[in-house]
Amino acid sequence: MEKVVFKRPKYMKKAPFHYCPGCGHSIIHRLMAEVIEELGIGEKTIGVPPAGCAVLAYDYFDIDMGEAPHGRGAALATGVKRILPDRIVFSYQGDGDIAAIGTAETIHAANRGENITVIFVNNSCYGMTGGQMAPTTLLGQNSTTTPGGRDKDRDGAPIDLSEMLAITRGAVYIERTAVNSIKNIRKTKKAITKAFKVQMAGLGFSLIEILSPCPTNWKMSPVDACKWIDEDVMQTFPLKVIKDETG
Amino acid sequence: MTTKTKKGRIVIDSKLCKGCYFCMSVCPNELIVISTESNEKGYYPARFTETKDEKDRKCTGCAMCAVICPDIAIEVYRG
Ligand SMILES: Cc1ncc(C[n+]2csc(CCOP(=O)(O)OP(=O)(O)O)c2C)c(N)n1
Ligand code: SF4
Ligand code: SF4
Ligand code: SF4
Ligand SMILES: [Mg+2]
Repeated sequence: MEKVVFKRPKYMKKAPFHYCPGCGHSIIHRLMAEVIEELGIGEKTIGVPPAGCAVLAYDYFDIDMGEAPHGRGAALATGVKRILPDRIVFSYQGDGDIAAIGTAETIHAANRGENITVIFVNNSCYGMTGGQMAPTTLLGQNSTTTPGGRDKDRDGAPIDLSEMLAITRGAVYIERTAVNSIKNIRKTKKAITKAFKVQMAGLGFSLIEILSPCPTNWKMSPVDACKWIDEDVMQTFPLKVIKDETG
Repeated sequence: MTTKTKKGRIVIDSKLCKGCYFCMSVCPNELIVISTESNEKGYYPARFTETKDEKDRKCTGCAMCAVICPDIAIEVYRG
């Protein structure tokens, strides 16, 4: 008998994504929906989408969601979790969102040890607004605001937000992964599962930073964008478990 | 007794596909090609080259193409 071994996960609506071809957001959405289904938490998970290319995430996830203003995902998730402590609450944020305008909210939520999960999608640019430099843009990387490449003296160096958050006392689990290959996609799914389990056990703040292709603003084919993550992005942002205090 | 090796098969939804080439780049058996005709959105969708009742099918149903597909355009069957 023939069996279905791969199909659309239950908590992902049958709606076509608006994302560009090869966009990492779409892969990350699906992985999250798979994890939510596998953990059996679909009826009690609340997501907080960002301003950014993932602004319409609520059109795709078949779970409860409430949009945050730009950068305020961790603050909004804090409020939701405190009012409804039995729910699983995550914010979903881009690198511009979390590492520029939302830096303060994010650091304090981590430091307070809020029992929430943050999904931090690092595509090393402001995707939605047309590819401006983000704090995470690599040195030498072209963006519309760093023509000729990001220059350390003029523009500053890329920010290691996850490492910064790891030194806060309330952060329990922080890992950096990527979705540019089968192997890395599988590891990302494991990391998201772990982060949700940290929250389900009431341990405190968890965050998964995911290196994600933005072929459109990087002006590369999707396949080349994945190669570029291996060859360049990971030199600045190495994949690793940055903090694990789950015991 | 006949030993039957398990075979796989995929179905690509050409309306959802955006022709990103990811599935083609990972299929170990090179069973996916890009169509010469575009879909409604103007993308050239991926096409699976094996038919269901073909003998000696190479697809193993490994699902690598589906795992990397950003647009959830691929369903995988095995058996
Ligand atoms: C308060 C506020 N300031 C600025 C903007 C404009 N804006 C929308 S998305 C965005 C940046 C998006 O970049 P990122 O967070 O990295 O998400 P991506 O699109 O790359 O996934 C900006 C600056 C806004 N929506 N709200
Ligand atoms: S601009 Fe980049 S991040 Fe936004 S949808 Fe397109 S590929 Fe994805
Ligand atoms: S399931 Fe595996 S073998 Fe079959 S088309 Fe997909 S990648 Fe190729
Ligand atoms: S990976 Fe998905 S979207 Fe990309 S070409 Fe293959 S079927 Fe189409
Ligand atoms: Mg971004």
